[in-house]
Amino acid sequence: MDLNFSADYRVFQEKARTFVSDNLPPDIRDKVRRGLNIQKDDLHRWQDVLAGQGWLAPAWPVEHGGTGWSLVERHIFQEELARGGAPQTSPFGVSMVGPVIYTFGDDTQKQHYLPRIANNIDWWCQGYSEPGAGSDLASLQTKAERDGEVYVINGQKTWTSYANYADMIFCLVRTSTKGKIQEGISFLLIDMKSPGIEIHPIRTVDGGAEVNSVFFTDVRVPVANLVGEENKGWTYAKFLLGHERGTVANSAASKQQVVKLKEIAGAERSGGRFLIDDPDFKRDIAEVEIALTALEYTDLRYLMASAKGQPVGAEVSMLKIRATEIQQRISELLMKALGYYANPYVPEALEEGWNEDPIGSDYAAALAPQYFNKRKTSIYGGSNEIQRNILAKMVLGL
Amino acid sequence: MDFSLSEEQQLLKDSVDRFVREEYSLDQRRNLVATDEGFSRENWSKMAELGWLGVAVPEAYGGIGGGAVEIMVMMEAFGEGLVVEPYMASIVLGGGLIAEGGDEAQKQAILPSLAEGKIMLAFGYAERQSRYDLFDVETKAEKDGAGYVLNGHKGVVFHAAVADKIIVSARTAGGSRDTNGITLFILDNNCTGLSRRDYPTVDGLRASELTLENVKVGSDAILGDVDRGFALLDTISQQGIAALAAESVGCMTVLLNTTNEYVKTRKQFGQPIGKFQVIQHRMADMFIACEEARSMSYLATLRLEDPDAGERARASAAAKVQIGKSLVYVSQQAVQLHGGMGMTDELNVGHYFKRLTMIDTMLGDQDYHLKRYAEM
Ligand SMILES: Cc1cc2nc3c(=O)[nH]c(=O)nc-3n(C[C@H](O)[C@H](O)[C@H](O)COP(=O)(O)OP(=O)(O)OC[C@H]3O[C@@H](n4cnc5c(N)ncnc54)[C@H](O)[C@@H]3O)c2cc1C
Repeated sequence: MDLNFSADYRVFQEKARTFVSDNLPPDIRDKVRRGLNIQKDDLHRWQDVLAGQGWLAPAWPVEHGGTGWSLVERHIFQEELARGGAPQTSPFGVSMVGPVIYTFGDDTQKQHYLPRIANNIDWWCQGYSEPGAGSDLASLQTKAERDGEVYVINGQKTWTSYANYADMIFCLVRTSTKGKIQEGISFLLIDMKSPGIEIHPIRTVDGGAEVNSVFFTDVRVPVANLVGEENKGWTYAKFLLGHERGTVANSAASKQQVVKLKEIAGAERSGGRFLIDDPDFKRDIAEVEIALTALEYTDLRYLMASAKGQPVGAEVSMLKIRATEIQQRISELLMKALGYYANPYVPEALEEGWNEDPIGSDYAAALAPQYFNKRKTSIYGGSNEIQRNILAKMVLGL
Repeated sequence: MDFSLSEEQQLLKDSVDRFVREEYSLDQRRNLVATDEGFSRENWSKMAELGWLGVAVPEAYGGIGGGAVEIMVMMEAFGEGLVVEPYMASIVLGGGLIAEGGDEAQKQAILPSLAEGKIMLAFGYAERQSRYDLFDVETKAEKDGAGYVLNGHKGVVFHAAVADKIIVSARTAGGSRDTNGITLFILDNNCTGLSRRDYPTVDGLRASELTLENVKVGSDAILGDVDRGFALLDTISQQGIAALAAESVGCMTVLLNTTNEYVKTRKQFGQPIGKFQVIQHRMADMFIACEEARSMSYLATLRLEDPDAGERARASAAAKVQIGKSLVYVSQQAVQLHGGMGMTDELNVGHYFKRLTMIDTMLGDQDYHLKRYAEM
């Protein structure tokens, strides 16, 4: 056993760190640090930089535009991105549909879609959930009916994150109502510009609108856009959920939030001193930092096991649970640090170019909305209740 | 011991409940929040007509002469409706300060018009550095002939924009964190030297930052005793906490019922999600949290009259801790059990979640009062 990465990895780490500090546009780094809204254009610029270096899709096989890095190197890269203040890249193409396409897609699909993702040309969104099918995803109803060389799609997807940014949507659709519900689902790639698609933004509690309902009325999709076999979509979806959960720990990003929490606690006053010197608040910070450390090293243990080719299964559900609880707790402490100044609602202050004096401190405006927003993390990507069900059933055999 | 309402209190409750039912659908509230002032003057007049604005004002000053229980009844109903009229700022805190600390002339001048809905009040007690310490006051009031001249800043003053008079705490003696040496002043909102920056709050209310630059006042502006303002602050903070506790109970009750209804009707995996045992336990814990909050709301209200200052202080701090704990649990779980729907602006859940979250910050959050309680 050894807690340290080998010297080779430290060289890699240095390289990644230098890359981020040399290439991340300073205005974007500043926005991330201040918790301002990241616009599509910001993310697009940063993803162009990564794509230019060939690092937008590091986990992919080299022949499709990946880096050939080991699991550990990828982990280090993630850490360095977060530490350098880079915004989270859009996961829908790179981490979700990409792996499905290179694992189950045909050659035409691979040749067409993969370079467009790795080169930051197409943006994707995920069309799984429906009003009646959330946790029970397999009960989805959006219909795809074969009409010659096209599928005709009718139905509604909902909670679709960033559908308004997307060029393409990957959807689970019902192609059969016979047999088990899981066995009548197919995986389709759909152009968002197809006639018959309508996007309705959904306003969320924090005042944002990152999710949407996507309506399909007689949308015609070429059969060539079917991934793998008809009625096998559930298998591909499960494969993808595994992928999604594997990248979910994201302790690097949470560590940055803890750094921010300490900075803010060092600036806010409490009891005639700084909040960071308040023994109770110090304890709260320490507690969340310890939980984060436990998460990080659990993640690393699973990572090293995977790197040695040992299978890691449903255990990763635990990473999703703890990672999201920790993110939520940090966001709660950040808001609490403000005291009364959590109250003002100044959404303009989160936009670029707003140059009035802040109300309270300049970091204040983002924090209460962020706390409200982070409640989503225990709901999406398989709710934490569902993750606990999975742990109980698959790992503990209950 | 008796935890039931008197006949008159029950009538009051019925009429406030009716008001909330009729005037406070989520859409009606949404419309009010979107107006310039963020609430309805019409509702305010109605409250005056029904005697609600003077519910705790002595009869001699045009009020009903009720007390803390009446306020509790009103605030709980207002919590259920997420009422945005400035009742807390203007009546509970503002009116309470005048009733507790005002001299005869001030009471005569202010309380009847307050009860009639002709004037509104606001109360500026927080400052940038003060966090929740009411005695941490840097705003200075210096003697100037018979009166004073005030300089400083007051932060997050709820509903200051619509208030005719704003009561502020200022330091007349001592160091910036001494309990002695604080004096309260009644300022006209349009007085020279007072500037405001108004803004909405995350839970749909309004507040302001106040800057005081050579604000000159006469001796008639002094509320209560010079240098002894802290006792008044402390009293009013306990009254405020009791009112907030009641409001939070109203909010939590709605979340509990809404969520209970939702888990009975929302189906996944072929059955209502309320059939899953983990959801049942979660609901049971939400119920417990609500019951605990209600008990502590009653305690905070009824102890206001306790002759023992220590009992009063403990009950108030304990109530703020318990409602803080309860409201965090209930509001987070209400969102969670609604799944994606809980995250929307469309459903009422998120609106109660935000209001409850901000109630925790009002007059000191649970951590603050836990620390105080431990040291009592
Ligand atoms: C901000 C946000 C972004 C999202 N982005 C996307 C996206 O891009 N694409 C997409 O397809 N979807 C997306 N989703 C949808 C998300 O995956 C669903 O919200 C989630 O699967 C839960 O489904 P639901 O909302 O229908 O809640 P429900 O499934 O109705 O669940 C309600 C509650 O019941 C609980 N519950 C359900 N079943 C059980 C059970 N068997 N045992 C115990 N408890 C149970 C849940 O945990 C939850 O607490 C997003 C959601 C949010 C909030």
